[in-house]
Amino acid sequence: MNRSLIVQIVGFFLYLLVQVLLLKNLVLFNVSFCFLYVAFILLLPVETNPLALLIVSFLLGFTIDIFYDSLGIHAAACLLVAFVRRYWLATITPQGGYDAGSSPTLSMGGLQWFLVYLVPMLFIHHAALFFIESAGFALFWHSMLKIISSLLFTLTLILLLQYLSFGKRR
Amino acid sequence: MERLLSFLYTYRVFFTFFVLELLCFWMIVSNNQYQGEKYFNTSNRLAANLAGFSYNVRSYFNLRTVNEGLAAENAALRDQLEKEKQRLFFLQTGAHDSSALQRYTYIGARVINNSTQWYKNFITINRGATDSIAPGMAVISKDGAVGKVKAVSDHYAVVISLLNIDENVSAVISRTGHFGTAQWDGTDARYISLKYIPRHVKPLVGDTVKTSGYNAIFPEDVMIGIIQEVTLPEQAPFHDIKVALAQDFSTLSYVSIIRSHFRKEKDSVEQLTIGTRK
Repeated sequence: MNRSLIVQIVGFFLYLLVQVLLLKNLVLFNVSFCFLYVAFILLLPVETNPLALLIVSFLLGFTIDIFYDSLGIHAAACLLVAFVRRYWLATITPQGGYDAGSSPTLSMGGLQWFLVYLVPMLFIHHAALFFIESAGFALFWHSMLKIISSLLFTLTLILLLQYLSFGKRR
Repeated sequence: MERLLSFLYTYRVFFTFFVLELLCFWMIVSNNQYQGEKYFNTSNRLAANLAGFSYNVRSYFNLRTVNEGLAAENAALRDQLEKEKQRLFFLQTGAHDSSALQRYTYIGARVINNSTQWYKNFITINRGATDSIAPGMAVISKDGAVGKVKAVSDHYAVVISLLNIDENVSAVISRTGHFGTAQWDGTDARYISLKYIPRHVKPLVGDTVKTSGYNAIFPEDVMIGIIQEVTLPEQAPFHDIKVALAQDFSTLSYVSIIRSHFRKEKDSVEQLTIGTRK
């Protein structure tokens, strides 16, 4: 238990650094962003205390916001994801339920399940992010373009990282 | 009371979520105000250092173009200085003219953090309160207007980029002399829209658009861009004008901050007249 906590704390800072030093500068075609840091929230163990999850997500979003000069926007999107995550995980419980201490990863549920889990969650995050930033739906179609292309970019990177660690664990 | 507490306890996750979201929206709203938050942005020392480190790495990739631009600017400035010297030589004996007083001071700075892809873009520069930078000052580059200072810490400042859907700049079409407002529409970082140019004006593709000097933040005649496209929708009172920005924001690396010496005076005079009108 203690060991996994330390791993999570290191993971928090790792995701944060990768996001603000590397991925912040990596925007494809001016519309496709990569928000890999959301994966930290999404891949926390299924049984994570919901209160702790909310607070950690808020802290993560808030720190990201400082670097993006967008105070509150990432934090709001992260909170939304952290809140919805519980209900979505309960809805798509695989047959036989979750094993104790398992994380919602590719190796746990398989590719199909993982996509069903990931895509709506990423969509919620990106949609919240861009619509809050544009302060309404005035730029609806341009925001949609950003949301979908960012979703594809982020999803690809998360899947790649999952496949890399998947092989190692087997 | 006990019931209330147990109710709160049952839905504690939802309430935590709700309270934190409220906090977020409060932060978003207060950050939107023009001279907003002081600490939680990239003018924060730790964040600025990290951003600066990241920018240092990236800046190696466009050193050549930056150097060429700076050299060209140096040459142009020397040229201007020389002309001015010669002009002054003849004017030295003239009477004291208050309009010849120095109106603006320029402070050079390096960009350490910049974005062009968001709807609300900000730029971080490596000059702050110790270099007498204050919120509200204009920022220009060698090619044109860049933005205005939003928040300062001791050694860094955050600038609202022209590429920010909340930023308005008073602009003028140099050829016709008509005033409008330049504002970014949030989509393409190469173009900005010029609004409120009335129907009877005939702007042409290729006209230059400059700052008007009406709001005393930007000096007059700072380049904004060149008109790229003019459309006049039926029934609309104003033209839709698309202006190609003179400054390519994606390669921005050195900027100057302008301190306007007469801004306070101008503002207070204007305030007086506005006060009497009521």
